[in-house]
Amino acid sequence: MERILFGDNQFFGVNHMSEEKARAQSVRFSDMKAILDVLDGAYDSGIRVFMCTTQDRVEEICDHVRSNPARYAGLQFYPCMPYAHKYANAVTEHGLVNAMRKFMPSGNIVGTLMKGGLSLARKDMKGMAELLIDGEMKMFRGLETPVIFLQNVVTDLILGLGMHEAFSVFADHVRTKYKAEPGFITMNLPRLLDALDEVGVDNPIVCASINKLGFRMCGGLEAYERIVGKRRFRPVAMSVFGSGAIAARDALEYVAGQEKIEAIVFGASSIENIRKTKAIIDDIDRVRLAVPA
Amino acid sequence: MVRLGLVGLGKMGISHLAIANSHPDAEVTAVCDPSTYVIDGIRKFTKFRTYGDYRVMLQDENLDAIIVATPSRSHRDIVQLALDRDVSVFCEKPFCLEAAESERLAEVAAARGLANQVGYHARFIATFREAKRIIDSGALGALHHIKAEAYGGVVLRPARGTWRGTRAEGGGCLYDYASHAVDLVNYLVGAPEKVAGTALNRIFSADVEDAVFSTLMFGNGMTGQIEANWSDESYRKMFMRVSVWGTNGRVTADRQEIQTFIRTPPPAHTGLKKGWTLRNTTELTEDVWYYLRGEEYSAQLDYFVQRVRDRDSRNISSFESAAETDRVLGMMVADGTQNASLPKGNVSLGSKALGNKPLGNRSLGERPSAGLLHWSRQ
Repeated sequence: MERILFGDNQFFGVNHMSEEKARAQSVRFSDMKAILDVLDGAYDSGIRVFMCTTQDRVEEICDHVRSNPARYAGLQFYPCMPYAHKYANAVTEHGLVNAMRKFMPSGNIVGTLMKGGLSLARKDMKGMAELLIDGEMKMFRGLETPVIFLQNVVTDLILGLGMHEAFSVFADHVRTKYKAEPGFITMNLPRLLDALDEVGVDNPIVCASINKLGFRMCGGLEAYERIVGKRRFRPVAMSVFGSGAIAARDALEYVAGQEKIEAIVFGASSIENIRKTKAIIDDIDRVRLAVPA
Repeated sequence: MVRLGLVGLGKMGISHLAIANSHPDAEVTAVCDPSTYVIDGIRKFTKFRTYGDYRVMLQDENLDAIIVATPSRSHRDIVQLALDRDVSVFCEKPFCLEAAESERLAEVAAARGLANQVGYHARFIATFREAKRIIDSGALGALHHIKAEAYGGVVLRPARGTWRGTRAEGGGCLYDYASHAVDLVNYLVGAPEKVAGTALNRIFSADVEDAVFSTLMFGNGMTGQIEANWSDESYRKMFMRVSVWGTNGRVTADRQEIQTFIRTPPPAHTGLKKGWTLRNTTELTEDVWYYLRGEEYSAQLDYFVQRVRDRDSRNISSFESAAETDRVLGMMVADGTQNASLPKGNVSLGSKALGNKPLGNRSLGERPSAGLLHWSRQ
């Protein structure tokens, strides 16, 4: 797994601090060129992973990268699926079963339709989940996707309902069909690790809010620090700036200083900020690795 | 351990189920939904005991409380039966479609000393609670106007297949979206005495309004405005904002941020200074034990579980406060209907496209409208 992952919240009007900022970003990035310029900046500063949702506009980014293989040599995507808004809106509009039916892949392939219809009728979780994953993965065809994440709303919903076998269904399908490592995004790290243990998903990649404020860290800061230090899993830190509440250097020293944290995901709208953030992480890592433990 | 049952496995019901099931002091033992497809799925993949009829569930299960997340029209009968059986109730908003029913149920719950709460989650959003604190401190001086807004992209096409698009079931922007804005007004400054100039506008829907605009009048001369529109896709998800003006300044809050402007500095304990004070959700929000989709959804259920445990019928979002909200919504329906403000051109756009077509394919056991009948049958 790469050390620095570039996230996509800023492109799609997600800002946990301010609705006004979210809207300003949404306006600015309604132009695809603005998104691609920032992505180019991230790539040119040495970042090689784009960790992104699976919403429609990401497909345009994928198309652009596919069309310019030389420009983006070595660029990897870490998809985070599903894009929950799409499903939640469909459930509100069509009801649960009709929404599921809507998202079962359609087309002329008789086998797929059969699998979808039969899975739906038999309540075959494995069959349905595999088709939904395949549907979400279509936009990444031909691109490198070595890690595939389950989005936190879905991870945490499955966790809350106690349907833990679904985690191993996701992990198995991602491993066998896409030869990728499964990852899980969560706001409830301690509970999720217990659930993954229970269904035998060993040494999982888990992306969670990790910041010195304790923001969106259910179970508490101390529990997180203990778990990150001791439990067998591969932590990816997100929300490291506590949504902008922590100064950059301070925030990054806290996460990059924790030896077990393998990767840090962050988003930024300006190329200058991307460069600065990467330089700080590189700097902390250099110092940390130079000093023998 | 508080023993919980849940009625209604739609989007809100499933969300409540996951949150309640994770609560350290609660145990969800049974769930109920009339859709055989949904209930079979739950039976197959989870540990909950399942029912197709809430009356059987209330009969067979030894429950301390139920969570009701069914179409609004069915709330009255389900809540009534639960209270009769000495079971506390968390009910999704809006409470009842008739304010008189809401008031009656509020009286029953209070008389029996049962915990009673309605899912107006905005009362658990940290920035709105901070707005309440500032208003109650008197820092804004004499209040003279409040504006509450709710926007989002729920209905963007004429076709509607679920109860939310059906007036008789309690669908529509007024009960779904504007109710949050009205409840927020009531929470912050108390309920208005009258409403005027209410417009219930159709944009896409055939049977319900998609936008609500109304003027509120309070006994002390204060005024207010409600603006709600569930056909505005420019918002990524539901957006709510409230502003309150007083003689000494104003406060504006949305889910993320609260901005206060003060003319003459109030006492230091208010934490406000002359000019602008900005605070945001990161610093104001308290930790929750489990996060699914916003701290407020966890916080409101945690609060309910505590009230059930203590058998405390007092509540931040009680049946009584929800009945007040229903009363204002009722006034808006009466005023809006009287104003006959439905723009005819838009109505025909909706009607023509939707007509009375049956809901799509209903195989696999899901019966959207049959399910509704089931909830509401006497």
